[in-house]
Amino acid sequence: MILVFVEIENGAIKKSSQEALTYGADLADKTNDTCGAIGVGSPDALSNLGKFGAQSAFALSGAGLETFTPEGYSHAIHEVANSQNAITIIVSGSYTGKSIAPKLAVKLNAALTTGVVAMVSTDSGYSVRKTCFSNKAFTSVTVNSEKKVISIVPNSYEVKAFDYHADVTEVSIDAVSSIKTKSVSVDKIQGKIPLTEAELVVSAGRGLKGPENWVMVEELADVLGAATACSKPVSDMDWRPHSEHVGQTGITIKPNLYIAAGISGAIQHLAGVSSSKVICVINTDPEAPFFKAADYGIVGDAFEVIPKLIARAKELKAG
Amino acid sequence: MNILVCLSAVPDTTTKITFTDNDTKFNTDGVQFIINPYDELALTKALEITEAKGGEVTVISVGEASIDPVIRKALAIGAHKAIRIDTAAKDGMHVAQSIKQAIEGQSFDLILTGRESIDYNGGQVAGLLSELMDMSLVNVVTSIEVEGDSVTAIRDIDGGRETVSASLPCVLSAQKELCEPRIPNMRGIMQARTKPLEVIAPAGDYTKTDYVGYELPPAKEGVKLIDAANAEELIDLLRSEKKLI
Ligand SMILES: Cc1cc2nc3c(=O)[nH]c(=O)nc-3n(C[C@H](O)[C@H](O)[C@H](O)COP(=O)(O)OP(=O)(O)OC[C@H]3O[C@@H](n4cnc5c(N)ncnc54)[C@H](O)[C@@H]3O)c2cc1C
Ligand SMILES: Nc1ncnc2c1ncn2[C@@H]1O[C@H](COP(=O)(O)O)[C@@H](O)[C@H]1O
Repeated sequence: MILVFVEIENGAIKKSSQEALTYGADLADKTNDTCGAIGVGSPDALSNLGKFGAQSAFALSGAGLETFTPEGYSHAIHEVANSQNAITIIVSGSYTGKSIAPKLAVKLNAALTTGVVAMVSTDSGYSVRKTCFSNKAFTSVTVNSEKKVISIVPNSYEVKAFDYHADVTEVSIDAVSSIKTKSVSVDKIQGKIPLTEAELVVSAGRGLKGPENWVMVEELADVLGAATACSKPVSDMDWRPHSEHVGQTGITIKPNLYIAAGISGAIQHLAGVSSSKVICVINTDPEAPFFKAADYGIVGDAFEVIPKLIARAKELKAG
Repeated sequence: MNILVCLSAVPDTTTKITFTDNDTKFNTDGVQFIINPYDELALTKALEITEAKGGEVTVISVGEASIDPVIRKALAIGAHKAIRIDTAAKDGMHVAQSIKQAIEGQSFDLILTGRESIDYNGGQVAGLLSELMDMSLVNVVTSIEVEGDSVTAIRDIDGGRETVSASLPCVLSAQKELCEPRIPNMRGIMQARTKPLEVIAPAGDYTKTDYVGYELPPAKEGVKLIDAANAEELIDLLRSEKKLI
């Protein structure tokens, strides 16, 4: 069995987990295997996973699983993986996935590949494609182990619809004795689209001159339903929170659309955003390196261009 | 408080990535190697903690002799001693298993790593070490406070932050914002020459994966320029040509 770990948030399966589940279903198809989903939460939340590609589902609960801990979750998932004879575990490369994938790999004595962006190839051996050098390149990795843990980069595998039916099995596991960490408090940024999951991103750099000018950046993001991002110096100067810093030393993103205003396009910045499907660059300097990586470019002043974009997007939205 | 900092030597961030041997090897010709930027933060934080609470900082790296200058830089920044496991790092499991073997019999209260290496971007080693060594784990942290036999850290989560308390010994991986990296001064550079850098033989090969080929991302077709006077056209194109809006 291929076991896919899915994350449930507010009763719904997260998009990055839907992608992982599609990946698992496609892999099962390719390797004549079956695909099961495993998540922590009520059976209700897992009841509809057939339409994302699961043929069975396991709803985990039990003492110690009320809040996320890497050791509690990996312990419980490992128990089910063992009982189901799962040889491959798929997780999404979310922060949660990143904390449990290595632990599962050790527990299962499995090969671990992270940062995977494409379906497994079985043409010669078993290999996957992953990002390296912070998105400046890709590498093919052959996996030399029967057991595998694979972590998929969010936004790199398209969600498909399936019409499978997945019965939910409730599994109760007491994870208390495995637990070494305790969640003290959680601080979620309310009402904003998390950057790593956003399909559309509006980003701006030092060309915007000061934090007060982000009002228009946020407005454009708002009308488009996009998340906001920024270049490193902008977060270094505290114009914007660090959580918005994208690039080689910030967050790596691959949205469908990346709009960059007043960002020069330094190699370290490009590393984190160049996998975006469509890149639009707004810069006063026609020689800005970012234009070389762009699909659409506007040589112009962000202070004039962005309001025009907002106005047009609003018009279209209003119909 | 004894702290182990895992150090990866990576190509300088300005490196233009190229390959040799029919795209099967990363071309290191003329490439400047640096301390992985997140590891630099881990090291600085480790120094801050030992300066406040006493104890020693040991850096450990899996790599060949060519990375010694990078390790010396860590000593110049202030690490007390260094260990190099003399083998080219093959994958995360190889690194973590090698480190585990190398520190057998020593006890560390904290093991700090970077949240990922900027060359192979695995984000694996911290989690692997925590499991192999049966230590607690807090991944991707922007703050670390040690108090008695526990540590409180703030970690990034999807869409926010979480404050976590963990028992010692604990593995934590550094995220930017943890601290400001230190630059070595003249005195540090002089001292680094005489600080111990122990080179030990690799214990075994735990590699389960092979990096067999590389490719660069496909080049963009070229930019389509839109006149700034009609900037709003961009929105229409994104809608009609790309179906994004
Ligand atoms: C180790 C290391 C790691 C790094 N990691 C990252 C990283 O992860 N992410 C990152 O972003 N950077 C990173 N950098 C920094 C990077 O090298 C650049 O310095 C940075 O990306 C520049 O940010 P910027 O484009 O916002 O600013 P600038 O380079 O100052 O560019 C501003 C741009 O705005 C344009 N402009 C000015 N006025 C206007 C206007 N009115 N309208 C439109 N355009 C205007 C200018 O023409 C210019 O191109 C790193 C650097 C190092 C050394
Ligand atoms: N060759 C290595 N030697 C020592 N530590 C390493 C090595 N490679 C990676 N690490 C550590 O593990 C962290 C995460 O690396 P990775 O899992 O490869 O992304 C790095 O930031 C380092 O702290």
